[in-house]
Amino acid sequence: MSDEDLKQATLDYTLRLGDDALVLGQRISEWVSNGPFLEEDIAYGNVALDYIGRARMYYGYAAELAADGRSEDDFAYLRSEREFRNYLINELPRGDFAYSQVRQLLVDQFNTAFLDRLVESRDATLAAIAAKGIKETRYHLRRSREWVLRLGDGTAESRRRAQKGLDDLWGYTHELFEPDALEQRLAKAGIGVDTAALKSQWQQAVAATLGEATLNLPQEDWAVRGGRTGYHTEYLGHLLGELQSIYRSYPGCRW
Amino acid sequence: MTRDFFERQRRREQSPVPELWDLLDRVRDPELPVLSIWDLGVLCDVKQTGEKVVVTITPTYSGCPAMETIRSDIERVLGEAGMRRLEIRTRLAPAWSSTWISPEGCDKLRDYGIAPPQNQSDLTPDAGLACPRCGSADTRCISEFGSTACKALFQCNDCREPFDYFKDI
Ligand SMILES: [Zn+2]
Repeated sequence: MSDEDLKQATLDYTLRLGDDALVLGQRISEWVSNGPFLEEDIAYGNVALDYIGRARMYYGYAAELAADGRSEDDFAYLRSEREFRNYLINELPRGDFAYSQVRQLLVDQFNTAFLDRLVESRDATLAAIAAKGIKETRYHLRRSREWVLRLGDGTAESRRRAQKGLDDLWGYTHELFEPDALEQRLAKAGIGVDTAALKSQWQQAVAATLGEATLNLPQEDWAVRGGRTGYHTEYLGHLLGELQSIYRSYPGCRW
Repeated sequence: MTRDFFERQRRREQSPVPELWDLLDRVRDPELPVLSIWDLGVLCDVKQTGEKVVVTITPTYSGCPAMETIRSDIERVLGEAGMRRLEIRTRLAPAWSSTWISPEGCDKLRDYGIAPPQNQSDLTPDAGLACPRCGSADTRCISEFGSTACKALFQCNDCREPFDYFKDI
């Protein structure tokens, strides 16, 4: 791969990571003023802010790599649904609180494993973003894990909802561990992470928490894929509509 | 004093421009106004080459909303002191740690009603932090994420007051 190809691949990769962080951050920010109680409301808002901050760092770096005048805001607000490359699990609607916390557990556990590897990237900026992110993600994981234990091993109603959330989400976890050609190339170059190699570690950790929470591991009989190729669920367009409308209505506005 | 703070302190003491560090002590964290950016560990370095001043800062948390205000306060303070050529750089590595907070900063936090970081474990303890109001160790964690991402919310079982804890990270 030529230096120029490698740079373009790194830019595309950085945008994917930014999209994951932005879309999930925007999605979970919907819990602000809708949390089950005040402290939890504030906690979820803070987790959302960590993700949006992380998205800014990735997009800021993407702008630096692109060096074509586009800013971090342009990446966040001026790309369309088909240009976003986030994993589908991050865009799914927030559902009920149990659904959101189960999603958070699955994603936090993935991010813990992922960032732990990205810290070793040959790309100094990606490694620095990961080193910051991993510390925050450990806090996120502890919180989502405790919620899943409390809801799974809670009342009949909370357990039913947590199990339903898990069953509805499970088929979206497969694509997390299926790196495409670009991701494989970058992993070989020591820049990206080979997520296929994270799967067994992730499964073990998730299964341990689910077992403790008395939840049943779902059947592996369906999978939805497409986030990394730009084929999204119908929910992403609505999310982006809300996220991007101000910037698109007032081009160049700053805040 | 943590080793990390010791190294920050040494960088400041060996700087050829101590007056600039002193000036920047006027820049406070907008959410914790008892702390200067030096106390908090957000201020990494100050250098002067000719007329040009380069200030390096680092965010506490990825999504810390205070960074914009801190940048504009640095511009204002140095601008008022006559510095015309200023560059503010943001550094991400090494990642900010609560061990960078100055010992004075920890005292100021406690006086302000916030339990300072323990710098012992990675994550928040469930109980047992000293209450910054009455000193009792009979306390419990209510929420891992308090009023901002950098704080957890505790309650004292003796004086019944809730208080923030500045988390280890
Ligand atoms: Zn007390």
